[in-house]
Amino acid sequence: MSTDLKQNSSNPGSGTTESQGTVTHEMLKQVLLTGTRPGRSGPLSASATFCWRALLKIKHVPEQMLDVTMFPIMFTLMFTFLFGGALAGSTAAYLQFLLPGILVQSIVFITVYTGFGINTDISKGIFDRIRSLPVWRPSAIVGALLADTVRYLIAASVILVLGFILGYRPEGGLAGVAFGVVLTLVFCFSVSWIWTLLGLVLRSPNSVMGVSMMILFPLTFASNIFVDPATMPPWLEAFVSVNPITLLVTSVRGAMDGALALGDVALTLAASLAFVVVFAPLTMFIYRRKH
Amino acid sequence: MNVLPDLRRASLGQGQHYPMENTGCYNFLDPWYSFMAPQGAVHDMKHHEHALAAIEAFGLERHFGTTKAVDGVDLRVERGSVFGLLGPNGAGKTTLVRILATLLLPHAGTARVFGHDVVNEPDEVRSRISLTGQFASLDEDLTGSENLVMIARLYGFDRKAARERAMFLLDSFGLSDAADRQVKSFSGGMRRRIDIAASLVVTPDLIFLDEPTTGLDPRRRNQVWSIIRALAAAGTTVLLTTQYLDEADQLTDRIAVVDHGRIIAEGTSGELKAQVGNSALHVRVARAEQRQSALRVLENVLNTTVVPGNDAFSCHASVEDGAIAGDAMISLAKEGIEVTDFSLGRPSLDEVFLALTGTTATEEAHA
Ligand SMILES: Nc1ncnc2c1ncn2[C@@H]1O[C@H](COP(=O)(O)OP(=O)(O)O)[C@@H](O)[C@H]1O
Ligand SMILES: [Mg+2]
Repeated sequence: MSTDLKQNSSNPGSGTTESQGTVTHEMLKQVLLTGTRPGRSGPLSASATFCWRALLKIKHVPEQMLDVTMFPIMFTLMFTFLFGGALAGSTAAYLQFLLPGILVQSIVFITVYTGFGINTDISKGIFDRIRSLPVWRPSAIVGALLADTVRYLIAASVILVLGFILGYRPEGGLAGVAFGVVLTLVFCFSVSWIWTLLGLVLRSPNSVMGVSMMILFPLTFASNIFVDPATMPPWLEAFVSVNPITLLVTSVRGAMDGALALGDVALTLAASLAFVVVFAPLTMFIYRRKH
Repeated sequence: MNVLPDLRRASLGQGQHYPMENTGCYNFLDPWYSFMAPQGAVHDMKHHEHALAAIEAFGLERHFGTTKAVDGVDLRVERGSVFGLLGPNGAGKTTLVRILATLLLPHAGTARVFGHDVVNEPDEVRSRISLTGQFASLDEDLTGSENLVMIARLYGFDRKAARERAMFLLDSFGLSDAADRQVKSFSGGMRRRIDIAASLVVTPDLIFLDEPTTGLDPRRRNQVWSIIRALAAAGTTVLLTTQYLDEADQLTDRIAVVDHGRIIAEGTSGELKAQVGNSALHVRVARAEQRQSALRVLENVLNTTVVPGNDAFSCHASVEDGAIAGDAMISLAKEGIEVTDFSLGRPSLDEVFLALTGTTATEEAHA
């Protein structure tokens, strides 16, 4: 058994083009000698590093931005032109009502990619390496969520530009729009903890997608995104009025229409906080125990 | 070259005694410390160090559903040694490594890494180990240098230092050409090298290498072997898993043979060989239909179990005394059994496995 190994080592470099793999003892000794451990990275810096990683992935795999841009464009055009005439008499009038809602819907839908991404990560070896590093544990997830808000921001810009081209004019001006977008980002960051939990618990990336959609469809459609809840049967109206998506849409619509309702904003923030308080610790619990 | 393990050893002991460790500012080559430390302390740390193994595990268990992946494992790995976990696919090696690397909780038992409990003090353990997993443990979408910079940043290097460390590692591992290529475009050999480089961003006290050469051709495997030898020469404790008997034989100081989640034998490769008997007898018959009688004849003469080999022709046995082999040969001839191959030698690790489990590692892997 050892003979054939000796043969192998005695004829190295049989003409390959890949990087030469000779690692000498001397070089490795230098590596080990200089591998001094610096002070531990803090939670912020670790989260920022994971965020950087996610942004690099966008750079290297730009295809993934297709969802972020196509989803919103499709939604906005489809609902404006399909329902506009029927629901509000004209597409122009409907757009004025719909745009803040469709902004919320598009971005909330994009959040499911968070869980998808985490589930994909787990199935790869990188997850083990990350978890074996001495860093603040939630930073991997917080970093990913922070990078996702960059994607949300891109989606929001796409919708706002498209809306503007189609004739949407926000009464609330730039400040109102900015407030609406920021509130949406906060809400989506918070909601994402549900998907991170699903991403850790469910078996495959596809099942994460499936379950997330099953939760999101009723939540977004049974809301005030498309129509005024007053037109709905009472039982549905009751559900819609407590749906956190409704709270968010009301707040965003208010901000962008220049009629900011602080009560709704407070409720939205409370709902966001509740998502984080419930789902972030659950996520971290599973993350820690995950085999 | 030779001073390295000694200096390292001194400061490893020092880690146990000086609060400096807690600042995370751990420099294993700080001669000042051993120089300035009071004599008593030096003596004491030597003593302490001997008591404290790199890994100590007692009764570890972990199951997945009804599969007992790890089923009552006791383990002790000394500092500065290269320890091999040898076993076929599915033996439980990865599960055991993941428990020791704090990635998986044991369902029973305890394990300590440099005296720190893997369940209760995972952070302490993590700051001393690094793990090169069985499957590519880097981000495939990122480039080689981005991956290393990311890991360096997570360890707490500032931006500039992280970039420098990444470049130095790529250089040392012969990967500077590939620095700006996505890891997914790396060949198998380059991947293993960058995986190991990533484990050395900060010098670990203990490195886990889970099947570092599986799937590599012999030349690439030799590259990885030379890296492991260099790690060992520099005094890093290495826990290596492998399915290859020759690999464990060549690289490790001690070997634990793992089968169905249990350690079925442990020792140096010499001890393992001794456990199976002094010599191994191999007989190959010319006609398959004669093997059954050959087995019977050999068992009578040798007075020990004779195991049929993988093919239809061979028989193997371990014998205490080589002299008896002559009798065996004569008896076979008397019975008219035609023999094409008859050899006596030191048992290989494959035979160790055979003797310990009744099947060869290769058979198990295919089962
Ligand atoms: N995450 C898991 N879920 C279910 N079964 C697992 C899991 N990990 C390992 N196993 C099972 O545990 C046993 C040991 O696996 P493993 O530790 O990977 O062995 P090895 O690394 O020696 O090939 C195998 O039977 C394997 O199928
Ligand atoms: Mg394995």
